[in-house]
Amino acid sequence: MAVPAIDTTLAPHTEVPAKPRKTYLNADYSVSSWLLTVDHKRIAVLYLISIIIFFALGGMFAAGVRLELLTPKGDLLQADTYNKFFTMHGIIMVFFFLVPSIPATLGNFLVPMMIGARDLAFPRVNLLSWYIYILGGAFTLAAVIGGGVDTGWTFYTPYSSTYSTSNVMPAAIGIFITGFSSILTGLNFIVTIHRMRAPGLTWFRLPLFIWAHYATSLIFVLGTPVIAITIFLVGLERALHIGIFDPALGGDPVLFQHLFWFYSHPAVYIMILPGMGVVSEIITCFARKPIFGYSFIALSSVAIAVLGFIVWGHHLFTSSESVYAALIFSVLSFVVAIPSAVKVFNWVATLYRGAISFEAPMLYALGFIGLFTIGGLTGLFLAAVGFDLHVHDTYFVVAHFHYIMVGGAVLAFLGGLHFWWPKMFGRMYPEAAAKAAAVIVFIGFNLTFFPQFILGYLGMPRRYHAYPDEFQVLNVLSTAGASILAVGYLMPFCYLLWSLKYGAVASSNPWQASGLEWLTPSPPPTENFAETPIVTQDPYHYGTDDDAEAVHVA
Amino acid sequence: MSLEQTTPYVAHHFDDADQQHDASSLGMWVFLVNEVMFFGGLFTAYVVYRTAYPEAFHAGSHELNITLGFFNTIVLLTSSLTMALSVHAAQVSRRAMLVINLILTMFLGAVFLGVKAYEYTHKWHEHLIPGPNFVFDGPDPVHAQLFFSLYFAMTGLHALHMIVGEVLLGILVLRSLQGMFNKYYYTPVEMSGLYWHFVDLVWIFLFPLLYLLGRH
Repeated sequence: MAVPAIDTTLAPHTEVPAKPRKTYLNADYSVSSWLLTVDHKRIAVLYLISIIIFFALGGMFAAGVRLELLTPKGDLLQADTYNKFFTMHGIIMVFFFLVPSIPATLGNFLVPMMIGARDLAFPRVNLLSWYIYILGGAFTLAAVIGGGVDTGWTFYTPYSSTYSTSNVMPAAIGIFITGFSSILTGLNFIVTIHRMRAPGLTWFRLPLFIWAHYATSLIFVLGTPVIAITIFLVGLERALHIGIFDPALGGDPVLFQHLFWFYSHPAVYIMILPGMGVVSEIITCFARKPIFGYSFIALSSVAIAVLGFIVWGHHLFTSSESVYAALIFSVLSFVVAIPSAVKVFNWVATLYRGAISFEAPMLYALGFIGLFTIGGLTGLFLAAVGFDLHVHDTYFVVAHFHYIMVGGAVLAFLGGLHFWWPKMFGRMYPEAAAKAAAVIVFIGFNLTFFPQFILGYLGMPRRYHAYPDEFQVLNVLSTAGASILAVGYLMPFCYLLWSLKYGAVASSNPWQASGLEWLTPSPPPTENFAETPIVTQDPYHYGTDDDAEAVHVA
Repeated sequence: MSLEQTTPYVAHHFDDADQQHDASSLGMWVFLVNEVMFFGGLFTAYVVYRTAYPEAFHAGSHELNITLGFFNTIVLLTSSLTMALSVHAAQVSRRAMLVINLILTMFLGAVFLGVKAYEYTHKWHEHLIPGPNFVFDGPDPVHAQLFFSLYFAMTGLHALHMIVGEVLLGILVLRSLQGMFNKYYYTPVEMSGLYWHFVDLVWIFLFPLLYLLGRH
């Protein structure tokens, strides 16, 4: 039996304590070694710190929104302030947390390791993407500090281009700039996955995490430039009175909606596809069973990326879209649900008769499957034109997309962070606290957002700071849930930081997981692998005799 | 002499110069796909509005100087030739020919931008810049203004790409003078060439759409 050489020679327990093994973390301690690093692992850590700061900021705006909605009267926040709060919550969470969340952190860290490469294809471009992200974030923060934006994260014209007196320009510039960090990340992933795979690692031996990131990267490259040009035109319209969208200058505001959603609907898949990749890895590991229907899960990611580009019209059912266009977009939106359902059924089939254990990452992954299913099915409700006209712009829509973005994407992010935390930082997190946090997040999430389905169905519109008295009970429930959710978010923040110093030292493969990233020590050395691994078998050898022989180091 | 000794530019994470060149090449093509989508938003707007307001677009198009547009098309196509010759010169390690062709390309790009600036100034004097001072005595002035909004957005964005290209070429000239490129390593010249050809190609679509369509 071929034992991976690096495992036996470099595992932490064999080290002499006086001279710690060189890892990417202790290679150099200077500030410049971090800020000028071209190591994909360090850039992932830089991204991780940045997106958590933005997540906290976006969360604070959400807290303001939920506190205002405790009472029917608009008493805590003025209407204008409330508009700015939900706008800043949306902008920060979508563009500065959800879109880069998994790809820029876990993806950056793991894509080269999972394919046995020493780095991404373009390490300096990778660092550039982080600086672009920070520059875009700085513009958006300037918009917040200067008094906020009140257009909603959707920037609908002509309000955004002509009438709003808030800080639309800095926020738009911020989003325009940040888009390029997504594009560069996607470009880097595509080239890396095509050109840098280890010997023997064919396309259908790739981990599903890689497939998901490949599909995500396609959307990054094909979709993001469209939002960039759209936001660019809004900026031109505000600054130079060039009238592409302004009716007074001959333009059409509905064209903005088309261009905006041409990106922003696929952007939903940017947020969920990497999460699906994470969940595929976790489910098969903790069910100790090879993934069921590997090629279906792999190709359904690509199918989602492609079909996701032709459903944007379902956001315009009430925006002067013709009946025939609405019919076609409705049908296509139903079609895009098929590859998502393929994934869910395959995960469930993987669980069937598996030797399931409920570690914290698995709890998040199981939560993901349930919540994503609810979010996806309510998405089908909204794809049906008749029902959509009834609940358009109500809390039903808000609840639906939070089931995807929080119940799906955030849970997957947390699950993935726990799963690969030992690999990234060489420490185990406290398991009991992590399980408790996963359960608290699940309960808090459902208490926050399930009442919003009912509110929306009863007709409560989104984006108002006041509402009729009869909606109060459900709103109080939702705010109570949000405070529980906040506790669930703060717990991992505290114990993960704690674990960096006090957590048990992690072995190279604490979950006995398959995959190249587990063959190298935790945390990995700067060059990832002592020698380029050679892959001889398909992925996911759980529960089979040759589990350890799946991959051997040449 | 082994390949590694002649190509000191293979980064540590690549196995060899071939893999590095392949990666750069694919990366550039992916970037150009992204550029196509970037311009695609504007082209979509053009198609939508042209279909909706054909008369206004015809009238607007008549205000453009077809001679200058044609001259610029020839200039830009010639610059694509000199760019292609630069790549070839780098591939056969002929430094003088490389530098001369790069400078020629830069010069032709500058001529194009100069003519474009002259056209813009002319439009300014004729009050054809969209905004409060826009004056148009054709059939549908509101949508003729839309035509000029698109004209300036599309050609402006194209000119911005030209300026980026000029900067890239300037860097290539300096690097070539330092003798960085030879038959073992010419990736930056080739990649900048791809970019330059792409920017040319955008103009090849812009010229007929804005200047020619509907004039006859």
